[in-house]
Amino acid sequence: MKFLGFLLLLAGWGIVLTALALLAASAPRAAFVLAGIGVEILGLVLVIRAHPAPRGEHE
Amino acid sequence: MTPGSGPAISETTAALCLMFIFLAPFAGAGLALINTGLGRARSAAHLMMSSLCAVSIAAVVYFVWGFTWQGFEGGPAHILNVGGKAWNWIGAQPLFLRHLALNGSPASLAALLGMMSVGLAALIPLGSGADRWRLRATCASTALLAGVTYPIFAHWAWGGGWLAQLGENYGLGRGFVDAGGSGTIQAVGGLTALSIAWILGPRRGKYTMEGIPTAIPGHNSSFVVLGCMLAMVGWWGLNSAGAILFTGAGAGEAVAVAINTTLCAAASALMAAVITGVRFGKPDVSLTANGWVGGLAASSAACVFVRPPEAAAIGMLAGALVTLSVEWFELRMSVDDPGGAISAHAMGGLWGVLAVGVIARVPAVGTNAMGEPPGQLLAQIIGMATLIGFVLPLTYGLNWLLNRFRPQRVAAEGERQGMDLHELGAGAYPEFMTHGDDFSQR
Repeated sequence: MKFLGFLLLLAGWGIVLTALALLAASAPRAAFVLAGIGVEILGLVLVIRAHPAPRGEHE
Repeated sequence: MTPGSGPAISETTAALCLMFIFLAPFAGAGLALINTGLGRARSAAHLMMSSLCAVSIAAVVYFVWGFTWQGFEGGPAHILNVGGKAWNWIGAQPLFLRHLALNGSPASLAALLGMMSVGLAALIPLGSGADRWRLRATCASTALLAGVTYPIFAHWAWGGGWLAQLGENYGLGRGFVDAGGSGTIQAVGGLTALSIAWILGPRRGKYTMEGIPTAIPGHNSSFVVLGCMLAMVGWWGLNSAGAILFTGAGAGEAVAVAINTTLCAAASALMAAVITGVRFGKPDVSLTANGWVGGLAASSAACVFVRPPEAAAIGMLAGALVTLSVEWFELRMSVDDPGGAISAHAMGGLWGVLAVGVIARVPAVGTNAMGEPPGQLLAQIIGMATLIGFVLPLTYGLNWLLNRFRPQRVAAEGERQGMDLHELGAGAYPEFMTHGDDFSQR
């Protein structure tokens, strides 16, 4: 799940770059950039969930 | 590859810029004191030693390799043609700062500022890895930060890279703006701190069997507050020099930069003190200090493009964000960050980057007229997306690989004994060897 999360982070950034390179009009470009951010947030959630809460760490 | 010599500045401005860069090490000294004060007494000497080693490694690696990739605006670089636009991806300077005239030119000043900045960025993860991060691992991780992660993003933001080109290539305001390094120094360092905290895991005794975090207070709040004061001096220098070199500000604008920086930090610290005072009955020193540093981190990007009331507003929001996120990281994400580095530097830095698009008034590229606000905001959002979507996976991946070859976390015995005795053989306070929490069950 951690690997998938980081993959989604990179994919979201890829969407942002692709929107810049391929879309000329400002509205669709902004929409795709925000979509890329959305994918990054999904990736962040997965990465966070992949690091479980530590228990039983008594000294 | 494209040759060039960077933007021209007058001799007086160059001399003042050099003086501002000379102030930057105070920021490093401040962060080292803050990290040490917020850590345990039995790891104090180790943390100070790690700070010195991190700054040293960062300077050497940056000299050998880092500036090669960072470069400077108009300098040699590798350029890709994407959709008819030139995307400047990475610097192509010779190794060892060769062919760089060290004579006060903007390029040489950028190299010196870069050397100070990368040292500061390297100190940030020490706060999240305190009390359990081995000295050798710290040095290796710093080398990766100074040689790979920092130079790549610094080129994109400060070296005329594709983020800085967003204005001229796509009409997005002035392009990605980060005058003093909210993104380039603070967020890069803060995201590395998050990676280190994830890889190392929490300190022994930080979480109970039920997963509830216990308080492990810092050992010297005087260090922490003194560190805050020193850091402010360093930030005046960093923000002023960055504004001159990377936004074309005049030397006289350093007055506004210093006022904005101070106000941002002050408003942030006061907000943190008020929030902790209301929530816990008394203001909390460590969270107020984190608020101060978060305010400094947030001030950097927009320092030359805002008026004082706007700087104070950025600081107030930074203070609230940092204070609440410290609790969120500890309680909800189970991230043990003794120095509050992730909240102060990553969250504060990311907010500072966004604030340029939300609050600041940035002239569009090539004119003195204000750019179209949505365009500047989009450029800043793209910068944030790059930090979270590229820098975080990169720095996590590099440190994960390092950890696979040699574990970065000290053995359990070393953590129980204290990093000072285990790794250095001597403590910071030899006359006071009584530690109530050394061997006790929490």
